Amino acid sequence: MTDNDKLTSSSSIELLSFRVGGQDYSVDIMSVREIRGSAKATSLPHAPFFVKGVINLRGTVLPIIDLSARLGLQTGEDSERNVIIVVDLGERTVGLMVDAVSDILAIPSEEMQPPPDLAADDARTFVSALTIVDGRMIRILDLEAVMPPQGEEVA
Amino acid sequence: MSDPMAEIRASFFIECEELLESLQDGLQLMDDGDTDPETINIVFRAVHSIKGGAGAFGLDDLVHFAHRFETAMDEVRAGRFQPDGEAIRLFFTCADVLGDLVRAARDDDAVSSEVTDPVLEKLEKLVGVEEESEEELDFTPATLSLDLSLDFGGDAGLPNLPDLSDLPMAGADESPLDLSSSEEATEPLVASKGFTVFFKPEPALYISGNEPLYLFRALRDLGDLAVTCHAASLPLLDSIDPDIGHLSWTLTVHTEESEQTVREVFEFVDGLCQLDITPLAAAPVAPSPASVAVVPALPPLPPLVQPEPVAARPAPDPASTATPNDAPVTAAPKPEAPQEEASPAPVKSSATTTSEGTTPTKTTGTPTQPRATVRVDLERIDRLVNLVGELVINQAMLSQSVTEAGLPPNSPVSTGLEEFLQLTRDIQESVMMIRAQPIKSLFQRMGRIVRESSASVGKEVRLHTDGENTEVDKTVIERLADPLTHMIRNAVDHGLESPEKRLAVDKSREGHVTLTAQHRSGRIVIEVSDDGAGINRERVKAKAIEKGLIPAEAQLSDGDIDNLLFLPGFSTAQEISNLSGRGVGMDVVKSSIQALGGRIAITSQEGKGTTFSISLPLTLAVLDGMVVRVADETLVVPLNAILETLTLTDDDVKALGPETHVVQIRGGFVPLLDLGAELGYRPPQESYVGGIALLIGQEDGNRAALAVDAIEDQRQVVIKGLEGSYGRVPGIAAATILGDGQIALILDPTDLVSQASGRTRPRKPQHALVG
Repeated sequence: MTDNDKLTSSSSIELLSFRVGGQDYSVDIMSVREIRGSAKATSLPHAPFFVKGVINLRGTVLPIIDLSARLGLQTGEDSERNVIIVVDLGERTVGLMVDAVSDILAIPSEEMQPPPDLAADDARTFVSALTIVDGRMIRILDLEAVMPPQGEEVA
Repeated sequence: MSDPMAEIRASFFIECEELLESLQDGLQLMDDGDTDPETINIVFRAVHSIKGGAGAFGLDDLVHFAHRFETAMDEVRAGRFQPDGEAIRLFFTCADVLGDLVRAARDDDAVSSEVTDPVLEKLEKLVGVEEESEEELDFTPATLSLDLSLDFGGDAGLPNLPDLSDLPMAGADESPLDLSSSEEATEPLVASKGFTVFFKPEPALYISGNEPLYLFRALRDLGDLAVTCHAASLPLLDSIDPDIGHLSWTLTVHTEESEQTVREVFEFVDGLCQLDITPLAAAPVAPSPASVAVVPALPPLPPLVQPEPVAARPAPDPASTATPNDAPVTAAPKPEAPQEEASPAPVKSSATTTSEGTTPTKTTGTPTQPRATVRVDLERIDRLVNLVGELVINQAMLSQSVTEAGLPPNSPVSTGLEEFLQLTRDIQESVMMIRAQPIKSLFQRMGRIVRESSASVGKEVRLHTDGENTEVDKTVIERLADPLTHMIRNAVDHGLESPEKRLAVDKSREGHVTLTAQHRSGRIVIEVSDDGAGINRERVKAKAIEKGLIPAEAQLSDGDIDNLLFLPGFSTAQEISNLSGRGVGMDVVKSSIQALGGRIAITSQEGKGTTFSISLPLTLAVLDGMVVRVADETLVVPLNAILETLTLTDDDVKALGPETHVVQIRGGFVPLLDLGAELGYRPPQESYVGGIALLIGQEDGNRAALAVDAIEDQRQVVIKGLEGSYGRVPGIAAATILGDGQIALILDPTDLVSQASGRTRPRKPQHALVG
């Protein structure tokens, strides 16, 4: 671990890890704007199934993505304990609804692995890299892929 | 941001817009019979400033046109040409073309000479000025080569300008007789023709980037020039303020040119300096350079006192100048000389008050000082508007939680909150006022539309405007341009009769179109009226029946018939002129007005004329809405779309086919749509009897009833766009935040109904689209 610490200063990525649908995921901490408790979302008509709706984030309209539905994982019942991670992606800001936020990890970039091709799972397209921390596999989320389609009419 | 030149350019174009506006204003005044020389001056100066700026940016087309326009205006200014109505109309056209050229230059576009040349030709034929040679257009900006030998600011002992003759000249030939400038000005210059120019720059002159040296050079081009520098007011070095030019000059130019030509040299520093131009007396002028402040403490102006009383005498030597209009100009005491500096008052002040420094500006300043303004990036204002919108929401949330906490209404918290509410409203209004701008610019554009459209249909039309200082949200103004243009064209083309017909019914030959704007009960009302024949209701009805828009036996009130004009595909013009009747009808006007949250109404009196009145909300950021509940969701329906609310009874609701219901309203049937089902919140209900429905009126005149569960409230809501954060949602216009902090969606009833009407027929395609 001491070796890791040295490497941290040179080329490591800080990740925010969280649990969703019983699996460990993470996102680059630089794209995280804030973490907030769940709020009742106003549902949008004709929205894709994984879009929970929109909430009021201090005066802005924030679309909420139910990440477990988006990743095709089993959806736990909606609970008050859900957490919303507000992420910025370029011009867009969305909230990702997850089960719980776990930790902040500093991972040296050489410990990142590309996801194996074998995994023909749907979720694979949403994972940009894998890494192992304390024996647990952490999936690094491809935020771009998670975003609801935009540009064409979301009908 | 990065390119300073681009910024300067951009601000030049903004200035141009302002100048064009004052040009229009001035012409309008002239058209209304104002012959005040100051009005003509304003027009002249506007054109002139555009020309000057354009020259600096190398916009040759613009310079060329502006110059010739300016020449014509100069003829008017000098009183050599008295403009009649036709001439002023031509000036208006010129102003329009000038505006086109400015905009073309801004957008790196070009206006074809086919547009400009005929106008110029007409102009010159009318005013009788032959085209001048191109050499006169020496607006090539001089290169800014800094010559250190001409250190005006620092060298107190500098007696005069050393050797100007070897410096590069801007654009014009050098005079071979360049005698005096390289010599000491002590040499007494004996000449009978010429002028003494006293020139004292204000700090503003330097701030605006002018350089006296170039003025002197330009002056030298007119003839022999002697320059005397007065450095008396120059303070000691340690107390010197480098931003203030402490120097002043007396320039003696010997020239055959008129005073006006000399004055034109200083045109661009007009108002930025103290300037006295006096004709040279026949007597030899001794500028007494000995006084030229080798010692700063010398009394400032003894040398000037001598020549000037002579010069200020009325017209001692009018023969010295060539053009006829110079006689009154040289006769300095006459007040109607083109610029005020020529009057004796400044002459006196120069002799007495120069040492005081600041007073002379007042004598040369323009009489009406424009109100101080700040140019602010629109984005910043929008941000402020958004923030205030949030403040309003926040305030609503606070009051709701105070109420929920069960605090008594007279508790300090409640009273404080009350004040907070008042303040928020005030702030919101003030911020909206920032976004607002006078509707004048729009009205001026309409003036052009009237001129052009009346010319193309051969009618004589005069546009009257009223309330042009009414302030309207900038976005509204921008989006009003098209519908208003169309309405004006309609008024000219269809509304007004031809001159012959007008005379036949005892009306003036000239038609009148009136454009007014005013604030009325929190909305803006804009009216377009004409004094034409009014709506021929018989013909409108016949036409509507012929086009199958209404059944032949329909009984319609006058108002109903008038409103037929707003139906799509309606045009009563007998023949299709290329002005209106190009497929864009009043229905488009109506829908664009409604898109702005406005309403349009029409009143007409046979033989007296027609009035269209548009009523608009003050801002696009706030909307009056009805808050409804449907399937446990809260939605806001724009109030202007709701015609009425209905309670559905057994008698009214009829089933039509398996899923469609219609409501019977006063003999007509409108489709009933379940809002919850349309938005996918719930499956269609079995029965709607006993429920509540909103009757929605659409742009195309169709109506639909929307079944909702409950009507909760009617209030103003702040509009929050969805497109930016999520994307467009069918049937939804935007979102808003309610007092409890929850987001509510704002319905787009037209969109919703049009989606639904597709579905009532074949079902499948709609679902394919949704998927």
